[in-house]
Amino acid sequence: MTTAPLLQVRRLCTEFVTPSARLPVLDNVEFDVNEGEILGIVGESGSGKTVTALSVTKLLPAAGRVVGGEVLFRGRNLLALSDRQMNKIRGEQISMVFQNPRASLNPLLPVGVTLEQVLRAHRGLHGEEARRISFELLADVGLPDPARVLRRYPHELSGGMCQRMMIALALASGPSLLIADEPTTALDVTIQFQIISLLKRLREEHGLTLILITHNLGVVAELCDRVIVMYAGSIVEEGPALEIFDRPRHPYTLGLLASRPRVGPNGSLAGIPGQVPDLRDRPPACPFHPRCKYEQDVCHEQAPVLEQASPGHRVSCHFWREIV
Amino acid sequence: MSAIAAGAARGRSGLAEHAVRVWRWARRNPVTAFGFVIIFGLIAIALLAPVIAPYGSYELNPSDILAPPSLHHVFGTGNFGEDIFSRVLFGARYDLAIGFGAVAIGLLVGCTLGALAGFLRDPVDEVTMRVMDMIAAFPGFILAMGIAGALGPSFVNLIIAISLVNVPIYARLMRQQFLVVRDSQYAMAAVGVGAPPARILRWHLLPNTWGPIFVQATLQFGYAILDAAGLSFIGLGVRLPAPEWGVMVSLGVQRIVSGEWWVSFFPGLAIAIAVMGFNLIGDGLRDLLDPRRK
Amino acid sequence: MTPVLETRGLKKVYPLRSGLFTHANLVAAEDVSISIPRGETLALVGETGSGKSTVGKCVLRLEEPTDGEVLLEGKPITGLKASEMRALRRELQMVYQDPLDSLNPRHRVGELVAEPLWLHGIAPKRGVRSEVERLFGTVGLGPHHVDRLPHQLSGGQQQRVGIARALATSPKLVVLDEPTSALDVSVQAQIINLLRRLQAERELAFLFISHDLAVVSLLAHSVAVMYLGQIVEAGPKSDVLERPFHPYTQALISSAPVEHPTEVKERIAMRGEPTSPVDPPAHCRLVPRCPFAKPICSQVPAELVEVVPGRSTRCVRFQREHRNGEWTPAPERAADVVVDLPELVPAPIVDPQP
Repeated sequence: MTTAPLLQVRRLCTEFVTPSARLPVLDNVEFDVNEGEILGIVGESGSGKTVTALSVTKLLPAAGRVVGGEVLFRGRNLLALSDRQMNKIRGEQISMVFQNPRASLNPLLPVGVTLEQVLRAHRGLHGEEARRISFELLADVGLPDPARVLRRYPHELSGGMCQRMMIALALASGPSLLIADEPTTALDVTIQFQIISLLKRLREEHGLTLILITHNLGVVAELCDRVIVMYAGSIVEEGPALEIFDRPRHPYTLGLLASRPRVGPNGSLAGIPGQVPDLRDRPPACPFHPRCKYEQDVCHEQAPVLEQASPGHRVSCHFWREIV
Repeated sequence: MSAIAAGAARGRSGLAEHAVRVWRWARRNPVTAFGFVIIFGLIAIALLAPVIAPYGSYELNPSDILAPPSLHHVFGTGNFGEDIFSRVLFGARYDLAIGFGAVAIGLLVGCTLGALAGFLRDPVDEVTMRVMDMIAAFPGFILAMGIAGALGPSFVNLIIAISLVNVPIYARLMRQQFLVVRDSQYAMAAVGVGAPPARILRWHLLPNTWGPIFVQATLQFGYAILDAAGLSFIGLGVRLPAPEWGVMVSLGVQRIVSGEWWVSFFPGLAIAIAVMGFNLIGDGLRDLLDPRRK
Repeated sequence: MTPVLETRGLKKVYPLRSGLFTHANLVAAEDVSISIPRGETLALVGETGSGKSTVGKCVLRLEEPTDGEVLLEGKPITGLKASEMRALRRELQMVYQDPLDSLNPRHRVGELVAEPLWLHGIAPKRGVRSEVERLFGTVGLGPHHVDRLPHQLSGGQQQRVGIARALATSPKLVVLDEPTSALDVSVQAQIINLLRRLQAERELAFLFISHDLAVVSLLAHSVAVMYLGQIVEAGPKSDVLERPFHPYTQALISSAPVEHPTEVKERIAMRGEPTSPVDPPAHCRLVPRCPFAKPICSQVPAELVEVVPGRSTRCVRFQREHRNGEWTPAPERAADVVVDLPELVPAPIVDPQP
């Protein structure tokens, strides 16, 4: 018996509208998230990973527009919901944690007040009851001395503490799905390790389903069960984490893995020549072909589609079979 | 121009391409474009007044005193048979000159003080800003009245009075910009390559401070013209019989009651249009000057 | 052979207003003595608040050291007048952390790179363009990039411009302050390769400031690890990274994420967050967080001592208990780390020097 995935994204297409042009940002993005798993969305800047998250939660900026596809959360298409219905889902069922923790907290309010607002809005809690739950949440995320922490303003907390606070806020309403956009990028490595440990523990204790957006393959290796690799608005490869690390099939994935600096012998780094294309200059057909060393004519004439390379492992490249 | 910039200039597009881009920009920013149309129109009027005005600004027609607008006198005539239309056209010279002059002087003096305060920091900063605070504590018009009154009513003194009142505004703005720009990494990089302080100030820091200053300046044009009109209205500015719009309004004030509304109305309308034009281009100008739009 | 750069007891303190008449001291860096030979890279490693960026700026006198000496090829530069220092900037250059912010947004990048060339008389102002194009070629940019404005370039290209500007005067020492932190990993790899090539070709000395041990391991010859303003460990790169002597270094290495999903890493518990840099204690500053801490650690001053030839550490226990560089106590294993509430530090009311 298989249970339906918690989240199903089908043929998601998003555009950015400027006075002079309509720029496609996401090109037929499709993926599933199963209950209890940690899905990593990996890509560099301009890959579309953040736009994907914002499209799913309908938090795109004014210029962004979802122009096609479906986002099925527990069977309901989020894109068809009204703003009011979506507001209820966002914050109660789906929560998001953003990259710069201090910038996401209201600087004018002590963090305790912000937390109380969430508890009141989504769980109808007040006064003593809210305070008790606040203390529990803070203990859950490893923040000590809750009475003192809750009185502090965001600028009086360190980056790591702010990020824990953000996670507490996101968990306050008891969501089924947590989307974390680069939650550790702005943090020091020792604090990053703490946050990664926290997320692992939350997954074990609360059965949390997590979409983790990152450019750091190390974080992916620590946390993720499955991985999606994105480039210039398309998914180029998808599969279990172990498969992606051991048997990567897409040239971009290979390039990313080879670009990682390792603590070890002094070899030269591979790198990927060129840079991520500008939204306005997205290459035709396969977006990666200008930088790909396996590029051939068909790559800029016909767009590749996601094909199955092995169970659960899909890749979008004309030549994935030939690539070792 | 440096060798690099000259090279870039040679490669720039032709006049036609430029015109097309301006047109496209105007369509996207109709409000700002309209403001520019007004301002350029006023400047054109000021320059061409001797050519397009049907009468001289001091030309009197005793037989046609206080005649309502007609084909001969489009805006009517005033107390001495002077043609209001021609005087409004010539008046553009006075009011635009006052606006530009007052703003230019205020900007130069204010920005210099603000730049020095921001660059040299304490104690120059503290002293300068407190002096600016003292000046700014006075309501603008009252202070201008005081200065104009003390110096005596004249065209030049009017400009001086209005510009002095504006100095603290630019000083504060410039200083604020400086504080922001000082903390940037490119300012540090300028020191790092070994540039002397004068060059850092002039070439690295100043060009990055213009934005908000220009917006403020365009808004101040409007106020300057209003101040000038107000001061002239109460007799502390341009003296009769010069065709400055404010003076012209004062000439027609008593006539409103007796029904000769046109004597004050048209110069007043000219003031309103000029102020509106400057206000409209304020924000648009800042966007235009932002290098990130290129 | 005289090292290109040497510092002795470098110290930078910011006074803070904390009472009506008293003031506290924020010690950004202290007791920093480093030395970089020609053609080599010293990496200054640490997290936020370690003082590594401060040291980089003090070395170039972009911030004025409160105390200590900086020597360029044996000659002190700390006491020089502003005009003398300006001339010397030809030999000392810096690549900054934020590629976009380090380039003046109002000027074309070619002009920004040309500036040091004609300021120091290397090329005449009129004929400087060909030299600029040559420099751009060295860092992998084309002649058409010369006329661009900074925001028209990608992050990697901007940083290449920064490197070209730093190299323009053929300096002896280049300080690189987290030059790849703001870049995508594939671009980071390109920049690292570029830096390695340039160093090999021109025998440049690099002071490489970073928090990323992996990047450091590719570029550095020697490493100095900083914590709360002090160097806590120093030595040759491979040595320090493979056999760290200081608990903080061990924590840094162990905190880095694994490289493969099946990798199991021995993790050390470094509790909580860094303590306040204001009026710090004379004893070891890692005590509140250290899994090896014993009473002795809070009782004696922690000095940087060379325990084994070429390797120094500030760990008091290590200094006392090691046998030929071996130290056997086992660290606490990492559980999910509980944070300690740090003291609120008053915001520095700092006036950086012009």
